[in-house]
Amino acid sequence: MERGVSHALVVRRLEVARGGVAVLRGLDLDVDSGELVALMGESGAGKSTALRAIIALEPFSAGSIYVGDVELSPGPLAPESRLRALRRSAGMVFQAHSLFDHLSALDNVTLALVHAMRVSPEHARERALELLESLGVAHRAVALPRQLSGGEAQRVAIARVLALDPRVLLMDEPTAALDPQRRDALGRTLRALAREGRALLVATHDLEFARSWADRVIVLDGGVAVREGPAAAVLSDDRAASGCEERQGEA
Amino acid sequence: MRRFPPLASLVVLAALAACQRAPAPPSGGSVLRWGGDAEGGAPFVEADPADPSKVRGFDVDIAGMIARGLGRRPQFVQVAWASIEQSVERGDFDLGMSGVEDRADLHERHAVSIPYYEFREVLAVRPADSARFRTLDDLAGHRVGTLGGTGAYRILLDASAKNGVMPISYDDDVHPYEDLVSGRLDAVLLDNIIAERSLRRTGGFIIQPVPVAVGHYVVLMAHGRTALRDSVNAILLARMHDGSLERTFRSWKAWSAAESTYVAQALARAPAAESGTPPTSRSIASYLPSLARAAVVTLVLSLLSMTLAVCAGVLIAAGRVYGDAPLRAALAAYVEVVRGTPVLLQLFVLYYGLSSVVRLPAFAAAVIGLGLNYAAYESEIYRGALQAIARPQLEAARTLGLSELQILRLVRGPQALRLALAPMTNDFVALLKDSSLVSVITVVELTKQTAIYATNVGSWVVPGALCAAIYLVMSLPLAHLARRLERRWSAA
Repeated sequence: MERGVSHALVVRRLEVARGGVAVLRGLDLDVDSGELVALMGESGAGKSTALRAIIALEPFSAGSIYVGDVELSPGPLAPESRLRALRRSAGMVFQAHSLFDHLSALDNVTLALVHAMRVSPEHARERALELLESLGVAHRAVALPRQLSGGEAQRVAIARVLALDPRVLLMDEPTAALDPQRRDALGRTLRALAREGRALLVATHDLEFARSWADRVIVLDGGVAVREGPAAAVLSDDRAASGCEERQGEA
Repeated sequence: MRRFPPLASLVVLAALAACQRAPAPPSGGSVLRWGGDAEGGAPFVEADPADPSKVRGFDVDIAGMIARGLGRRPQFVQVAWASIEQSVERGDFDLGMSGVEDRADLHERHAVSIPYYEFREVLAVRPADSARFRTLDDLAGHRVGTLGGTGAYRILLDASAKNGVMPISYDDDVHPYEDLVSGRLDAVLLDNIIAERSLRRTGGFIIQPVPVAVGHYVVLMAHGRTALRDSVNAILLARMHDGSLERTFRSWKAWSAAESTYVAQALARAPAAESGTPPTSRSIASYLPSLARAAVVTLVLSLLSMTLAVCAGVLIAAGRVYGDAPLRAALAAYVEVVRGTPVLLQLFVLYYGLSSVVRLPAFAAAVIGLGLNYAAYESEIYRGALQAIARPQLEAARTLGLSELQILRLVRGPQALRLALAPMTNDFVALLKDSSLVSVITVVELTKQTAIYATNVGSWVVPGALCAAIYLVMSLPLAHLARRLERRWSAA
């Protein structure tokens, strides 16, 4: 299997079936370090499924996935003890942010640092506060998740993932609960993360967001990538753009 | 009934005296444990109104005579009357004697002493019916109450087959007479001692002079303890001979040898010169220490059982959520069997049924029985709570590199605990009250102690209110604590 040397994330001929129905039918995609890629397509096109397969939450039946040096193979999910390397290389921010309801914002960020990475509680706290600060939510450190606004919760969730310093960052519909201002703030944050050399793959419906912030766009349809290229090129194609938007409207 | 020739008894006694007196230390060395039911009340066994932590009654006196004759110290063990037979076989005590009635099948399973008292099964009827219902034959088609599991009950069962008497079984010997007076029953058939006691206490009925049958009280011992039985027989014969047995029964207004039935009845009808029942106001205060001790038993028993239930419940729930298919099926079967059968039955099986395999002390059996029973209910609460934690949180935890065990300990468990708290409190309060069931396996806790005193003072009103108050005092702070915890977790 041929792999680009600089690719942080490589997906080849990925096939995923759920309940006997094929969701992905041979998806190919690459994301380089320092690149922000938008994964687009209508609801049910397989965007979330692709992210879940890459982060090993869902088994895949054929194809291959490389995250940095880590290779995932088809078949049943490996036990967590054999996924350590993947967990250190890739992180994911879920659509409903999925913060731990019983822990404060700060404790949400330190939990994995202390218990999975064995960082001392003092250092974890320091690092977590730095991250919350850089994302503009340090003042909410002691708040519980249900006391946070949608935007704040999302930034805490990003801080939680960044605490583990992953090279590959996956995000599922990050703009779903944001107003336009917050959306731009998120875009700037993600660009900054890309500049640090991380590879970002963002599943989104949001044409405007993709056009403004993504380096590249991959459009999924029927479980395969049907169009791919620089955001400006793919999304200036009127047919594709309007097609996407119409479908979004239907969904 | 077996009659012993006086000469033979004297020989046995002499032999006994020769071999017993010499080695027995003057201070009375070892202990003779005897089991009885203080709920049975006077004149058999009752809590002493002067010192409710002690018992008194003619069975107490006779147990004392036997113990002295054996050169041992008597020690009373509380046991439910219906459980005396199993308990003595189990070895909970050496002698069972609390108005234990002699019958043929008893001799097949146990060592049984000679009778120490002859009683009459007498019919109690309302005064208006005294001419109408003289014998069981007169009562065809009528409701006749008695204490379940007694000789009187067996007589009624026979009569129901023969002439259509309707036997009604009770768990205690107070309510049949109340129901007779109130008209729910037309007659009560029970031992003359019990009938006369009820007549003194509540009245409102008469006792027919002609007994339906004659029965005997005996001392019960474990099968195979024939040497002990022979000693007991010798002692009883000696005490009959020297008149101390008669004095004892006379002191309890219970002297009614078969040849002097009318005398005994006249004595009992006379408004007995006190065989119990001091003024209620005095007795309440004197019962408080014992009730407090019983409340501590209830509380400790409940806390230990709940601890066991929580630990086992967590393991069962974890097994059912995380385990493989065979484990899940086995645990589900456990939960269904335990939930689907009465806890009373489980306690009996654990204590008596398994006694040939493991001989658990009564208190340990109570803790294990209640604990394992409640574990089934707890496990369902925890399983539901674990499954209520949103899946995305668990997936997020996995992608952060936490192991399954860490996720359970740090993410899923703590949140599930918050959900489980209210139903757990509920269960603990229920357990506090269910702990009263363990009196069937000889543990004296709050309810049993209350029942003993209720029999003692002849009324449930004050002891019942007191008992209810103590249960409330124990359960209310707990509910309060749970509410505060819940508020703290949900506010913040």
